[in-house]
Amino acid sequence: MNIYVIMKRTFDTEEKIVIENGKISEEGVEFIINPYDEYAIEEAIQLRDDHGGEVTVVSIGDEEVEKELRTALAMGADKAVLINNEDLDDSDQYTTTALLAAYFEDKEYDIILGGNVSNDNSTGQIGPRLAEKLGIAYVTTITKLDIDGTTATMERDVEGDMEVVEAQLPLLVTAQQGLNEPRYPSLPGIMKAKKKPLEEIDYDDLDVDEDEIEAKTETVEVYLPPKKEAGKVLEGEIGDQVEELVKLLRQEAKVI
Amino acid sequence: MAKKVLVFAEARDNELRNVSFEAIGAGKEIAAGGEVIAAIAGENVSSLTDQLFHYGADRVIKVEDEKLKNYTSDGYGQAFLQIVESIDPDAILLPHTSMGKDLAPRLASKLDAGLISDATGIELDGETVVFTRPIYSGKAFEKKKVKEGIVIATIRPNNIAALEIDESRSGEVFEESVEIKDLRTIVKEVVRKSTSGVDLSEAKVIVAGGRGVKSEEGFEPLQELADLLGAAVGASRGACDADYCDYSLQIGQTGKVVTPDLYIACGISGAIQHLAGMSNSKVIVAINKDPEASIFNVADYGIVGDLFEVVPLLTQEFKKVLQTS
Ligand SMILES: Cc1cc2nc3c(=O)[nH]c(=O)nc-3n(C[C@H](O)[C@H](O)[C@H](O)COP(=O)(O)OP(=O)(O)OC[C@H]3O[C@@H](n4cnc5c(N)ncnc54)[C@H](O)[C@@H]3O)c2cc1C
Ligand SMILES: Cc1cc2nc3c(=O)[nH]c(=O)nc-3n(C[C@H](O)[C@H](O)[C@H](O)COP(=O)(O)OP(=O)(O)OC[C@H]3O[C@@H](n4cnc5c(N)ncnc54)[C@H](O)[C@@H]3O)c2cc1C
Repeated sequence: MNIYVIMKRTFDTEEKIVIENGKISEEGVEFIINPYDEYAIEEAIQLRDDHGGEVTVVSIGDEEVEKELRTALAMGADKAVLINNEDLDDSDQYTTTALLAAYFEDKEYDIILGGNVSNDNSTGQIGPRLAEKLGIAYVTTITKLDIDGTTATMERDVEGDMEVVEAQLPLLVTAQQGLNEPRYPSLPGIMKAKKKPLEEIDYDDLDVDEDEIEAKTETVEVYLPPKKEAGKVLEGEIGDQVEELVKLLRQEAKVI
Repeated sequence: MAKKVLVFAEARDNELRNVSFEAIGAGKEIAAGGEVIAAIAGENVSSLTDQLFHYGADRVIKVEDEKLKNYTSDGYGQAFLQIVESIDPDAILLPHTSMGKDLAPRLASKLDAGLISDATGIELDGETVVFTRPIYSGKAFEKKKVKEGIVIATIRPNNIAALEIDESRSGEVFEESVEIKDLRTIVKEVVRKSTSGVDLSEAKVIVAGGRGVKSEEGFEPLQELADLLGAAVGASRGACDADYCDYSLQIGQTGKVVTPDLYIACGISGAIQHLAGMSNSKVIVAINKDPEASIFNVADYGIVGDLFEVVPLLTQEFKKVLQTS
């Protein structure tokens, strides 16, 4: 099976956000593989182990993404591809999709796995956008995946309810939490990863026209939410506190 | 200039979701005196069209087909795309729900258009629509616009006001006939897992439990409180990881992001990843036995105590006051 994973490098979930000169500062920030993409990588590795074939992890970003790609290789992926967009000064989900679509244009794939949403921009657009461009079916927020021949049977999370969905390969799926338990790279895995192929492509080596990948959207402003004032911790007998809380919720906050 | 705005409404269990009305409200703002057209698709949606007018739609388009009984991106994609082509709107709004998240990017990709996902606010800057949306799971916000061409956006539930309902409003319902074909994904089964009828992302009140609830049974007092308040039950990842509840209840950076009027956190420590999912709630109540727990830093009201004592008392107290009012 030809298995591909699209992966994004994002801020560690522990990071606090600092804005400098109107932009989110990356200074001193720890980066990770987007958590949902870890599920995608894990699932891809399990698919390969069950069905044979190869797992290729593809990411668009700058040189730094090499670190997360190596991590994916250490987890067990076979190949990594970095599409370098450092020289691109304007990008949004439309652009990213266009680049990925150009990359996949001449590839043979049975399944492409991604995260259902990124940790930073959090639009969840890339999976469905890419599938549409490639003309293949997609299923988002999956929590289970079984492949038998060319038929994929999936469970997907639909706002708490579960849907069982069937589709034919080639297919694009996006991972939801619960799909699996991503493994940690083992020490031998990390050693092996160093020798695994990591190909770097410059975005303009892809068959794309600069005009055709220009972002469709523009960020006008980035800001932090207003700081919350410290709240009221109630005091006294528990019974009295509860009574006061109900009163406050009804009369002061007026939410009940 | 007046604009033509197409709103894709969504129904669940044959009831329109509130966010559909909020999207019509948003549509009104963008239309700036122009027309808001609400579209609804499903197996049988005729009973829903009146309400779309009541909430401000100027025109309603319906597509009915048994193949639209369950949402699939292919089925709904074909239906909605055909409507987009026949209406040729200036803007399209969808709810930022499972359906909208799945469908909007596909439409945008097909139309080679920009899409603003998960909008929590809208303002007009002359002719331009500027959307507010959370980034980094609500740790920051951005204002964003589409540079040119059709504007597509998904609207986060609970953030943009719907118009006041006016049952005297009515209008003409148009039926669009769409030939739904070549469905590449088939929904075999839908398993209801949500315990109460209240959906987390749209709930006005959420009672959430963390590792402090200690067991699956530990959620019972929370459920009782939630039932009384018409609330949804949510959870921290701590509680999900410990198997006290299903992952579908998880709130936070890798779970649902919610903005209810009232969030009651019980036995949740307040890890940054949890806060990311709920800190923009209007009012937060924390119940935790550890006075140092970070959840108190974001709480409007806190009770330091044992949740198994506090939550039942709270239910009792609410029962008392809600009965007498
Ligand atoms: C110079 C520059 C400027 C930018 N300016 C903007 C801007 O103005 N507005 C804006 O929104 N974004 C901007 N970006 C960020 C970038 O375009 C988006 O973050 C990217 O399109 C992914 O969108 P998302 O985070 O919404 O992903 P989502 O759609 O939420 O991600 C879903 C899944 O898609 C896959 N995926 C996402 N991104 C990638 C990737 N890079 N490589 C491989 N797979 C991926 C992953 O599997 C991920 O889990 C800029 C980036 C650069 C380099
Ligand atoms: C990549 C990543 C993503 C993550 N995403 C999420 C996410 O989306 N959502 C999320 O919630 N977490 C997420 N986490 C996990 C997060 O870091 C915390 O581990 C988790 O939120 C802790 O859950 P908790 O507060 O229930 O448990 P704990 O931190 O163990 O806290 C339990 C609390 O209960 C209190 N308590 C115990 N008994 C009682 C009692 N009887 N009465 C009252 N209080 C009591 C304790 O004082 C304590 O404060 C993520 C972590 C990572 C690394």
